[in-house]
Amino acid sequence: MKNQLDFEKPIYDLQNKLEELKRHPEAHSLGVSFDEEIKKIEAKIAETRKQVFSNLTAWQRVQLARHPKRPFTLDYLRSTFTDFSELHGDRLFAEDRAVVGGFARLGGQKVMVIGTQKGRDTKENILRNFGSAHPEGYRKALRLMRMADKFGLPIITLIDTAGAYPGIGAEERHIAEAIAVNLREMMLLEVPTMAVVIGEGGSGGALGIGVTDRVLILENAYYSVISPEGCAAILWKDRAAAPKAAEALKITAKDLLELRLVDEVVPEPLGGAHNDLATTAANLKKHLLGQLEQLEKLSVADRLKQRYGRFRAHGHYVEKQLAA
Amino acid sequence: MYAFGRLPADFENRNDELSLNDADATECSLGLPHSPLDPQPSTFLMATTSFTKKSLGIESPEPAVTPTTNNSANTTFAKKPKLGGGKSRKREIPEGLWTKCPKCSTMVFDKELDENLKVCTQCQHHFPIGARERIHSLVETCSFEETDAEMSSVDVLNFTGMASYVSKLADNQKKTGQKDAVVTGIGKIGEHRVGLGVMDFKFLGGSMGSVVGEKLSRLIEKSTEKNLPVIIISTSGGARMYEGMFSLMQMAKTCGALAYHAKAKLPYISILTNPTFAGVMASYASVGDLIIAEPGADIGFAGARVIKDTTQAELPPGFQTAEFLLDRGLVDAIVPRKEMKQQLIDYLDFMTTGQRKAAAA
Repeated sequence: MKNQLDFEKPIYDLQNKLEELKRHPEAHSLGVSFDEEIKKIEAKIAETRKQVFSNLTAWQRVQLARHPKRPFTLDYLRSTFTDFSELHGDRLFAEDRAVVGGFARLGGQKVMVIGTQKGRDTKENILRNFGSAHPEGYRKALRLMRMADKFGLPIITLIDTAGAYPGIGAEERHIAEAIAVNLREMMLLEVPTMAVVIGEGGSGGALGIGVTDRVLILENAYYSVISPEGCAAILWKDRAAAPKAAEALKITAKDLLELRLVDEVVPEPLGGAHNDLATTAANLKKHLLGQLEQLEKLSVADRLKQRYGRFRAHGHYVEKQLAA
Repeated sequence: MYAFGRLPADFENRNDELSLNDADATECSLGLPHSPLDPQPSTFLMATTSFTKKSLGIESPEPAVTPTTNNSANTTFAKKPKLGGGKSRKREIPEGLWTKCPKCSTMVFDKELDENLKVCTQCQHHFPIGARERIHSLVETCSFEETDAEMSSVDVLNFTGMASYVSKLADNQKKTGQKDAVVTGIGKIGEHRVGLGVMDFKFLGGSMGSVVGEKLSRLIEKSTEKNLPVIIISTSGGARMYEGMFSLMQMAKTCGALAYHAKAKLPYISILTNPTFAGVMASYASVGDLIIAEPGADIGFAGARVIKDTTQAELPPGFQTAEFLLDRGLVDAIVPRKEMKQQLIDYLDFMTTGQRKAAAA
């Protein structure tokens, strides 16, 4: 089967066996029933899935976060959200399709949704630039956020990018500035803001739409200052040490929650988001609505104070050198 | 597939002649004491040098920077090695008195180089300069009060790669005499009292971890409180990997502090020096009211090699130099080091006009 990860193989093998039995041509003619076997296999699948998915390593989660079948921003815009009305362009240079954004409804609430968008096949990936935004993407995001601020719409960003795009054009049009300005301006938006890392949270490219009142992360997503491969190449001098780097960098949802770098983990069904979009989308909706309700109770001043305080508190240091 | 902190790896990319392999170049350009060209970010010097030489049509078979011994802690640039015997006059020069300019190959007398703020007296090449020397070159005598001088990093993730973060920190503190990669404080430049933050590339490649973020945030907050302009002089390879996501969060933290500083209509001048990249470039270094670069400095978001590897494109001449950025409209001005102080005073005279009018009213 295409698009399966190594550690998913036992599950897929069982699923194939199940399909085979169900389709067995002789089942009817012989009057034999495979019901018993089918039940057994189904139970085995559930058990195997539980076993595999309750003991995922950091590296396995990185692979899940990059799974080509994993739901992307537009998938959630069609499930968690309704009535998505896309708005294009940065009004300056181009339309960056690695970032999508526009009006949408979350339950009964009208909101602004902005997210990085990957492609599922080659054609789509070229259109979406593999989910890596140019400066135009970040500037479009800021334009939409400012408009949402003007009209009192809460802002929800969905993060799924390996990182901002490293290219000549991106440098010439100052991608660093586009991200930096977003970091500064997002701190002062008066409407409630929430970010969700739904897949890959790739460094500054992710943070560029991630300075929000609340930061949520899906159970199998990751958020990191550098890709595990990049870190491995520098600190281990070997890209193959990526699994070690993934462990050391503490990038999984669970680690980040423990370090209080994220506010909440949105659970995924066993087998991961790519096996059950409906449940994942429903979980996401529930968590977003819960957070939004809390945020809307706060005054603008309190919300801004808490937002700044939230990021201001990150960091560990000592004021005096400890006696050696 | 790019991420912050990776890029210091990529500066040497302009120089195809460099024999350093990826990993070597990476660690070296992170400022880790690995290369024989210690303690400078020599790869950058070499890269720039070779580039410039090529563009000038000058070929030299000699290495751009002469190898040096490790105990060169008192000077911040490579020194001529001690040579035994020989009759030539040059060879009788004792160690540590002369430095060869990587750009024009002139032997410059160290004392002159120091007096000239580490700028080549012949070709105006800007050598790296330490944070404290730079502060000394800008502020009025005895006016600088350092803040948070004792703050140092902790190994919050218990990070161990090939070497532990704790040992890297200890090595770098010993090597540089600094607690971390930034010195902050309040001082007077001309008539202007300013919050001044100066980064030092020698300390772990000027990488930004919790201490850099916290010291700068406190400096900015204090400046906002006291109605002072902020000047930050950056040089960095990016975020510090050893502190994982905490490093990334320093970008949001410092930009947040600057958001409130800007809201109070206070001036912020960002000065970019060789090299400034990645997480630092994508945060406080890029949101100045004025963004000033030193001549010849390498400045960008992604490292040149990452860009080349990702896009397979030929990089334009002078890509990611201060001059390239000026041409693209990304920086306000290029100011030579020796003119920096006066230029800052002039800028601040203009930028504090509203404040002075309000005070007079």
